[in-house]
Amino acid sequence: MLAFIGRRLLIAIPTIILISIFVFTLQKLLPGDPILVMAGEERDPEVIAFLREKYRLNDPVIVQYFAWIGAALQGDLGISLRTNQPVLELIAEKLPVTIQLATMALVIAMVIGIPAGVLSAYKKGTWIDWVANVVALSGLSVPNFWLGIMMILLVSVQLGWLPASGYQPFSDDPLQSIKTMLMPAFVLGTAIAATLMRHTRSAMLSVLKSDYIRTARAKGLSERIVLVKHALRNALVPIVTVTTLLFGELLAGAVLTEQIFTIPGFGKLVVDAVFNRDYAVVQGIVLCTGVAFIFMNLLADVAYRVLNPRMRDQ
Amino acid sequence: MTSVVDPRAAAPAPDLPKRQSRVWKKLRRNPAALLGGAVVLFFVLVALLAPLLPINDPTATDWLAVRQAPSDKYLFGTDEIGRDVLSRMIWGAQASLLAGVVSVVIAVCLGVPLGVMAGYLGGWTDATISRVTEALLAAPFLILAIALAAFLGPSLTNAMIAIGLSAMPIFIRLARAQTMTVMTEDYVESARAVGLRHGALVTRYILPNIFPPILVQATLTIATAIIAEASLSFLGLGQQAPAPSWGSMLNIAKNFLEQAPWMALYPGAAIFLVVLGFNLLGDGLRDALDPRDT
Repeated sequence: MLAFIGRRLLIAIPTIILISIFVFTLQKLLPGDPILVMAGEERDPEVIAFLREKYRLNDPVIVQYFAWIGAALQGDLGISLRTNQPVLELIAEKLPVTIQLATMALVIAMVIGIPAGVLSAYKKGTWIDWVANVVALSGLSVPNFWLGIMMILLVSVQLGWLPASGYQPFSDDPLQSIKTMLMPAFVLGTAIAATLMRHTRSAMLSVLKSDYIRTARAKGLSERIVLVKHALRNALVPIVTVTTLLFGELLAGAVLTEQIFTIPGFGKLVVDAVFNRDYAVVQGIVLCTGVAFIFMNLLADVAYRVLNPRMRDQ
Repeated sequence: MTSVVDPRAAAPAPDLPKRQSRVWKKLRRNPAALLGGAVVLFFVLVALLAPLLPINDPTATDWLAVRQAPSDKYLFGTDEIGRDVLSRMIWGAQASLLAGVVSVVIAVCLGVPLGVMAGYLGGWTDATISRVTEALLAAPFLILAIALAAFLGPSLTNAMIAIGLSAMPIFIRLARAQTMTVMTEDYVESARAVGLRHGALVTRYILPNIFPPILVQATLTIATAIIAEASLSFLGLGQQAPAPSWGSMLNIAKNFLEQAPWMALYPGAAIFLVVLGFNLLGDGLRDALDPRDT
């Protein structure tokens, strides 16, 4: 297993280098000059020259890249041009908010998606299967920012059950924090639940055709035990892999969800940084996201090997 | 040694017209796919016929009818500066469908040739293209599209380019995998054996045979692209005012939820319906083109 992880890490290195080149190039091509923004309304040429020197913007692009990647490898992703805070600190500050949102969304998605997929596969061809499929496809088709708006309208404005926006840190008041985050997490979890349902259904359908399921039934085991202990346990292998790979979708979904519910997380940081032409923050965010995505891919591969005994021997 | 056999005769490709007729038969028997197709057709017709329909000017403001609830005069109500929501939705359909189709055309036109090249040539070409694709896939689709749209500047055209470039890696991967599968088929082996040139082999044998999964993926990606365009417009990176688009209508509507909920209800419902239509059609096409399900 260690050799496998080592090999996968080696393969990841050129991909990470390519991501860093891509991110660096993209940000260099962004329109507008952030130094002019930083220099204020007076735009004193001396201040501009000083700032250009400070942020090494006078160096050739290739030198700037190596300086940036060298510092990044030591955890220095630069300073936000807007807030003057280190980028890593900014990301570390916002990340827990998005992690809480994404974790709650994933839990909601798993609670809805996996049982719905199992039931749909077990009742294949019946009205239950049909309804589950229609609901899943609708979940995949609904834009989450619209669902968010509609939920605010119904749950907050009409019924007054949950707050429409805001954020309460979990460490300050766990209950209020969960309450504030419940609606955004549901909105973010909808599409994930639909994806999980479809994958669970497909995995269960394939497992239910297996010989060992027929044997388990022939032994006289109850349907519940056959379904949960024998079928679902085996179907979980691809489901766990898919869940790990849904990380990117969760992050992308968080961008819009955080905008709708004004949650001060990673997604809102992305949008604010793009609109403020905050080069360093955008670079840092996309780089961190890319590296995290590669790590999640590796985790998915490892999980697949751990859960699937046949793969372990290869 | 020169070939004495006509390569076209020596390497019979699968019978495509027969397959097309079988696919159409299966598609016709799938009510969900037909419903999806009908929804898509409806929105396409609405978008195309927008200039001919007897509706109000989508950019004309009526200060005496600001945020008016749906009525006989304004079926879907009016917005914050008295514009007809229905007119804006009908014209907005053009922006959404155009964005969906053009982005996918960009993704297919760039992604498929690169994928075929990687799968066909192999070696360092494959390794290079595959690594770049992996790097592009590592950034989540929407975050990549936001970054590209920001770099290109906010406009519908740039949003389409950003979405197209972000969706491209999926097509590179698919075309590469499909090409590698087709390359192992007997008819390709036979066509190579009789000395068919690379260009002819690709256009005559590989492209027609990798087309079905590309078509399915393209249909499903149109759905994703429509949501992506609406998302970018919602963030202010897509269609710019006063031109209508469903996403930008929702962006404004979110500020008037209590006073004018209809401003948010209808554009969002339109996005949902058209995306559902493409998803139903894409799922139906996938089932119809699946050779295992005869």
